[in-house]
Amino acid sequence: MSAPGVLRAAVWVVQRDLRLAARRPAQVLQPLAFFAVVTLLFPLGYTPELAKLRAIAPGVLWVAALLASMLALESLFREDAEDGTLEQFVVSGQPLTLLLLAKTATHWLLTGLPLTLMAPLVGGALGVPFAALGGILSALVLGTISLSLIGAVGAGLTLASRRGGVLLSLLTLPLAVPVLIFGARATELAIAGDSLTAPLYLLGAVAVLGVTLAPLAAAAAVRIGLE
Amino acid sequence: MDWTWLHKFGSPPHVYRLAGLLTPWFAWPAALLILGALYGGLVLAPPDYQQGDGFRIIYVHAPSAWLGVMIYAVMATAAGVGLIWRMKVAHAVAASCAGVGAWFTVVSLLTGMLWGKPMWGTYWVWDPRLTAQLILLFLYLGFMGLRASIDDTSRADRASAVLALVGVVNLPVIRYSVEWWNSIHQAPSVMKMDRPSMPFDMLAPLLAMLLGFTLYFGAVLLIRLRAEILRRERNASWIREELT
Repeated sequence: MSAPGVLRAAVWVVQRDLRLAARRPAQVLQPLAFFAVVTLLFPLGYTPELAKLRAIAPGVLWVAALLASMLALESLFREDAEDGTLEQFVVSGQPLTLLLLAKTATHWLLTGLPLTLMAPLVGGALGVPFAALGGILSALVLGTISLSLIGAVGAGLTLASRRGGVLLSLLTLPLAVPVLIFGARATELAIAGDSLTAPLYLLGAVAVLGVTLAPLAAAAAVRIGLE
Repeated sequence: MDWTWLHKFGSPPHVYRLAGLLTPWFAWPAALLILGALYGGLVLAPPDYQQGDGFRIIYVHAPSAWLGVMIYAVMATAAGVGLIWRMKVAHAVAASCAGVGAWFTVVSLLTGMLWGKPMWGTYWVWDPRLTAQLILLFLYLGFMGLRASIDDTSRADRASAVLALVGVVNLPVIRYSVEWWNSIHQAPSVMKMDRPSMPFDMLAPLLAMLLGFTLYFGAVLLIRLRAEILRRERNASWIREELT
């Protein structure tokens, strides 16, 4: 019996996850609502003055994006591990690395991309000038790709553990520090109207490193977690 | 080539006995070096022309900072060996490293804070080296937390080993990413290519302390490794023979 092509299997995984998400929109919308609420708390809790908000906007945007993507990670592997889907991935004869990369890509489509698209709205509320939005969007695209990949490793590792939640953030947040620093830096430069090429290149480098290595580590972690 | 000598390191009873034999060879030189370096550093070395006697905390601060990083490297190497060659003893080494490494990192942060208060006027600044060291502490905590949350020892071993290796890839990235901030931490004065920027009476105790702390880590690692092996092999028959 010949196995279907590797790419077809990956496309199938993407289609399946998108369909599942469409049937349960609440799960997709929760992290986005969380992102909006957290950022909008700052004008209320700190100051409504736009000039002051603009100064902290880079940090607020990125910390909120980091926490929102952390919230979404819980659902990345957990349910598929419980109902046996991940085990079928492992025994399917397809490279687990690629299938998990496809799953992570879908996860990014459902969290990272919408987070990025919400940034103009949320950034506007924090007094970010319109001209900076292009730079902020490109930084967020690259940054959320890395966050999803790093998160996939953490979600895979916590499969074997009894309690996921807090541990997942303890594992993932230190690894996500570079993304946070480069991302906030790029946003800061964009708001100031300076060139943000350097932090964007670094964000891109982290994303490339993540695409290369994170699926391998996630596959190793999922195999251990499923035993 | 004959590899049997290497395979012996995969056998818990052999490593247990070897670790017991080696412990005093690490512990005694460590004790002598640390005591000697304390005398040399606290009494013999001259006060610094700017920092006065305050600089003497370097004799604890720099070696523990060095060990915090070095132990992570040892731990990740052992974890990698355990993962690749499925060597249980290597996983036991990694597990024994984590606690010691985390404590040395805490000591380096605390002594650094005590040093920072009189010299910089503040206990803490968000400086690259401090921040990187703090993140290193979180990596240790994540490693220990993951181990503690998985009941099955073999799964805990392999899952934490993957995490340790991911951390290795990320450590340089973290290191360089935090370099974005300007530093007020002084530049390295010992690990330089040209001559060290310290007179000999100050430098010699520091080097002795570095070696002493490293040997102390070796001794503690061996003791903890023996305890870890006993815990893992508690149902094995060789332990009964060994302990009676």
